[in-house]
Amino acid sequence: MEEMIRLDHVGMRFNLSKEKVDSVKEYVIKLLKRDLHFDEFWALKDINLSIQKGDRVGILGLNGAGKSTLMKIIAGVFRPTEGTVTKKGVIAPMIELGAGFDKQYTGAENIFLYGAVLGHTRAFMQEKFDEIVAFSELKEFIDVPLKNYSSGMRARLGFSIATIVEPDILILDEVLSVGDAKFRKKSEKKIMDMMDKGITVLFVSHNLDQVKRICNKAMILEKGCMKCYGDIEDVVPVYKEMIG
Amino acid sequence: MIQEWKRYNNLFVELVRKGIKLKYRRSYLGVIWSMIEPLLTMIVLTLVFGTILGHHDKTFPVYILSGRLIYSLFSQSTTTALKSIRANEGMIKKVYVPKYMYPLSGIVFNYILFLISLVVLAGVSLVLKVYPTMQIFFAIVPLTVLFLLSIGVGMFLATVGVFFRDMEYLWNVLLMLVMYTCAIFYYPDKLLDSNVSWILKYNPLYCVIDCFRSCIFGTDVHYGMLLYAFIFAVVSIIIGGTLFRKNEDRFILYI
Repeated sequence: MEEMIRLDHVGMRFNLSKEKVDSVKEYVIKLLKRDLHFDEFWALKDINLSIQKGDRVGILGLNGAGKSTLMKIIAGVFRPTEGTVTKKGVIAPMIELGAGFDKQYTGAENIFLYGAVLGHTRAFMQEKFDEIVAFSELKEFIDVPLKNYSSGMRARLGFSIATIVEPDILILDEVLSVGDAKFRKKSEKKIMDMMDKGITVLFVSHNLDQVKRICNKAMILEKGCMKCYGDIEDVVPVYKEMIG
Repeated sequence: MIQEWKRYNNLFVELVRKGIKLKYRRSYLGVIWSMIEPLLTMIVLTLVFGTILGHHDKTFPVYILSGRLIYSLFSQSTTTALKSIRANEGMIKKVYVPKYMYPLSGIVFNYILFLISLVVLAGVSLVLKVYPTMQIFFAIVPLTVLFLLSIGVGMFLATVGVFFRDMEYLWNVLLMLVMYTCAIFYYPDKLLDSNVSWILKYNPLYCVIDCFRSCIFGTDVHYGMLLYAFIFAVVSIIIGGTLFRKNEDRFILYI
């Protein structure tokens, strides 16, 4: 088996200051009064993880357990405070669809912009343009500025662009609930097709049925620590017990 | 790093394109604004300061315009860079993109608009019979120094701006001081002869402006000043760049 993602002793610390010091004046005053203290908060502690090629891992946990932080560390948005992350291949992070969209830009312009964010060339995006527009079903709105889109339309466009290439690793953070029922079905099918081709998936969801349907492995995060990691059949009962 | 640049150079182009496109979106005159605006200020400044200071020199408008164009490029590009990280907060929090893209693309798009607005300078010069000499080609040197200076100062401000929000206001005040000490709408001779000549001489932006004007009017270039501005720019890039690199991973925790 080929190892796609490996995390060694990964920890992520945030400074939660009660009052945010973000002006020079405040900073100097507090420095002089020796009043500059932060409350440390470890969102993740000592996470060790190895994910093999073709694994579809469900990430379970209550709100604030560190699920999104973990996804963002793997996607490279956060650099962990300690520990190392090793990863292989192209990662498609679908943490929030349409990150990188500009509201004043039209749908068409945003396709090129978001494509560039994901590392595609302009020529490639031109080639795939029609396919993206067709999948998103937004043909008649494509020259309208994005600020006039509904949130569902925005998510549909984001999804259509993000899935235009087959990545090696797909990170899905609560995004399978985008759009209306019809589009949800369509997007789930697209992701299933991708999975059948053996890509690695990290899937964050509160919907246990969906996790069971999609994943073969699962992990539980609790207050920043990994509670357990293993085959889905073994983990789900533990989680059920946890949530009562 | 080279690999990273390869992967993201298209994004860089897109960000520059976005900056230019959105600046004049939904305005009827579009990019022409970047020519009208300096032209209008030139007229006002010429009327006001030409009268007050008694400069009835016919080429005074060219003098004003050349200084003002350079100053406004510096002020706009550094201000854009200063705000760039916060302005792209949404993107930074959700996808990985090399962070230097944001301030740098802001500086580049302002610089491109600046180059377009130089057309006005050429037009006004010809109308007022300030004809170019061979020396005009040397103008590329101060313009390059100006670009480097904007990058260095911009990277520094982009970093500091993340941690201290009031930097925006502070920088506005500083920019105003820089403007008054750039000899944009007055002749510097009296000041240069006085014992406060350092106000001008150690202002790198004034050095750039002075050198640029020499190229336009075909007078002697003060190489010492140009060298000083160049060294200042390089040092600012080293300091700004290092500061940015050292802190970029922490940006996300502060925005």
